[in-house]
Amino acid sequence: MPHISSAELKSNYDVIVVGSGAGGGQTAYTLAMEGVKVLMLEAGRNYDPMAETPMFQDNSRAPLRGAGTTDKPFGFYDATVDGGWQVPGEPYTQASNEPGRQFEWWRARMLGGRTNHWGRISLRNGPYDFKPYSRDGLGFDWPMTYEDLAPYYDRVEMLIGVYGDNDGLENTPNSSPGVLQPPPKARAGELYTQRHAKKLGLPVIAIHRAVLSMRQDSRTLPAKLHPNNPTAQRILAQAMNERAACFWATACGRGCSIKANYQSTTVHLPPALASGNLDILSDAMVREVTMDDAGKATGVAFIERKSRREMRVKARIVVLSASACETVRVLLNSKSARYPAGVANSSGKVGKYIMDTVGARLSGQIPALENLPPHNEDGAGGGHVYVPWWLYQEQHAGKLGFARGYHIEFGSGRQMPGVGTMSGLDWLNGGNYGKAYKQDARRYYGSFLGFAGRGEMIPNEDSFCEIDPTVKDKWGIPVLRFHWKWSEHETRQAAHMQQTFADLISALGGRVRQAPQKDGAKAIEPGGSIIHEVGGAIMGTNPRNSVTNQWCQTWDVKNLFLTDGAPFCSNADKNPTLTIMALAWRAADYMLEEMRKGNL
Amino acid sequence: MNPLPSSDRLDRRAALKWMLAGTATLMVLDRDSLAQGASAPGGRGYGTDPDLIKEYKPGDYWPLTLNDHQRRTAAVLCALIIPADDRSPSAADLKVHDFIDEWISAPYAGHDKDRARILDGLAWLDAEAGRRFGKKFIEANAGQQTAICDDLCREVPARAELKEPSLFFKRFRDLTAGGFYTTPEGMKDIQYVGNVPLLTFDGPPPEVLKQLGLA
Repeated sequence: MPHISSAELKSNYDVIVVGSGAGGGQTAYTLAMEGVKVLMLEAGRNYDPMAETPMFQDNSRAPLRGAGTTDKPFGFYDATVDGGWQVPGEPYTQASNEPGRQFEWWRARMLGGRTNHWGRISLRNGPYDFKPYSRDGLGFDWPMTYEDLAPYYDRVEMLIGVYGDNDGLENTPNSSPGVLQPPPKARAGELYTQRHAKKLGLPVIAIHRAVLSMRQDSRTLPAKLHPNNPTAQRILAQAMNERAACFWATACGRGCSIKANYQSTTVHLPPALASGNLDILSDAMVREVTMDDAGKATGVAFIERKSRREMRVKARIVVLSASACETVRVLLNSKSARYPAGVANSSGKVGKYIMDTVGARLSGQIPALENLPPHNEDGAGGGHVYVPWWLYQEQHAGKLGFARGYHIEFGSGRQMPGVGTMSGLDWLNGGNYGKAYKQDARRYYGSFLGFAGRGEMIPNEDSFCEIDPTVKDKWGIPVLRFHWKWSEHETRQAAHMQQTFADLISALGGRVRQAPQKDGAKAIEPGGSIIHEVGGAIMGTNPRNSVTNQWCQTWDVKNLFLTDGAPFCSNADKNPTLTIMALAWRAADYMLEEMRKGNL
Repeated sequence: MNPLPSSDRLDRRAALKWMLAGTATLMVLDRDSLAQGASAPGGRGYGTDPDLIKEYKPGDYWPLTLNDHQRRTAAVLCALIIPADDRSPSAADLKVHDFIDEWISAPYAGHDKDRARILDGLAWLDAEAGRRFGKKFIEANAGQQTAICDDLCREVPARAELKEPSLFFKRFRDLTAGGFYTTPEGMKDIQYVGNVPLLTFDGPPPEVLKQLGLA
């Protein structure tokens, strides 16, 4: 079973998975490897990272030297196809024009979705992160513990390949022995920060990223991941053998044609396709879940983008993994006389509690890093170290004025120059040109350090989405309208980030170009800009105030599951992708068990 | 999408029309329309699904702006800002002025502001050279050109009336550097030595650690 056209659709599948990113990829992988017949529907076009990834292209070959535009917000060579905060012909609307009240919604219309370009940062939620309400009385507890999900974190990390260390720090879990790959050595600026951040009590440790620092052990890992399933083991071993280790060049955001980092299209989908149990139909824009009179899902209705025809396909189980807000949109648009508020929405909570990550950044120039002997700092195409949240106890004691923490990501070093690499040198040299300018460029190149905070947002009643009553997209599908509001927990956290980064730059003997922003409402990046969209169909223990149970199964429709970020009921500072995959694997295992028992 | 012919340049009048139309368009369009590439008459962007493998050059996607005289002026200024030395050629040698032309001609939000600033600035250079030396900027001798640049290059302009021309110079300098240091020659100049496959990543060499006091 392969990539198919709509003419090749079968009349019935075991499971339809809507979406092909981290959640959809993991769900389809787990099910297909266990013999379930899966149809994956992707709204965007098919995408082949082997043929389409710009490896080694330097910016001189790109339009505008590769700078970002509205067509390619992260730069020309970013892997994203037909995506961004705006997608042509597929608008969304905002309920408010007030500053700070908008949510900017990133989408990628391509096979593999955002996993093709993501930062590959793969941090586990810790024990506190599953019980935030119990810890400080805010937000919601998850209907599971860290221990419930830990085995799935191990499995995902073994499958996709994650480098990092086990440092045993508070609420920053270790992986099981033998799971992580060795982290790459830290770069000069990262090591220099590690040394001097100690004065401020900041721990600088190896970050965890989904990049192979060595080839995967295809002899032992498949048996650990698929015990008692020799077929799956054989297929996975083959897939692992087709992945190379990182060759320490080419930024991960471009995607990776040697399959050294994780993207759904290079890691989840090839073995799932090789199992013979997965059909993938691209250019299929799902509009709604179809229902029978007994309240069960029968399949989905979708628009075939090329012909603009509406089509339907059936399955025993429907899984939405379309990205949190797109999943919400499908649920709310699945409206009928029987389900006037959309399906799985008896609680009225579908669309509520949309979250992003709190973001703020500050950069500085570090004289100690000037004129370093030239050396290659490309590394793993992203950060090698980070600072996990370090003030759990002070925060818990109420000393900080905001309830949840953040981690710090680094940008440093002698990276491949872009259009802005030498911008604004007059800040440092007072302004010159000619041969002196060239000398200065040599001196300052590589001496800049940037710090980005990534913090937890607490779900609130003012951040949600709903169907816009009048606006439709080019497929005729009603669009989302967003409501957004940060609380002081987030804005104060953003101001704290700014001050911390300024202190850190001072501790490194550096200088900041602009003073840290003390007004949190100005320091915080707009909602949606960190692209950690989660929530909107939160999981819980009670059908009256949540949409799914801990298995991502909707309370109202037992053969309908949501395996993207939608069921998140909190959004820890840890980047959500790894947790999306762990939840999806766990949900897929539950589906397998329920199918075996005849319950689904 | 079909790339536009590379030789398709706009004259000054067309460029001005374009600027005005672009400004007016920006005022009435919302972000949705901008994302659809509707912001610039006369040229479309590369779209949301361009071929990432092929090699591009200025003019492949949208018509360029500078006429011959403007282009020569831009080249002279590029060479003044980044001249040739024993390590690398000048920005003009590497045709960075064509990149700047591409940049100011791009149909994306923000580029219209650079277009206005650069075109006004190039015209100002001629006016200033005419006032001081009785000739166009490119006809002035090196000492005269340098005298004008010396007035513009400071972070804080020497005189209030130089504020706008200094902002032009600052922007032009940043674009020149952006164009120059992204070329293979420019990357070599600042000793960017990456973008090559390695078997192992060994971290900073001992001499780097020593210089940082981390050895």
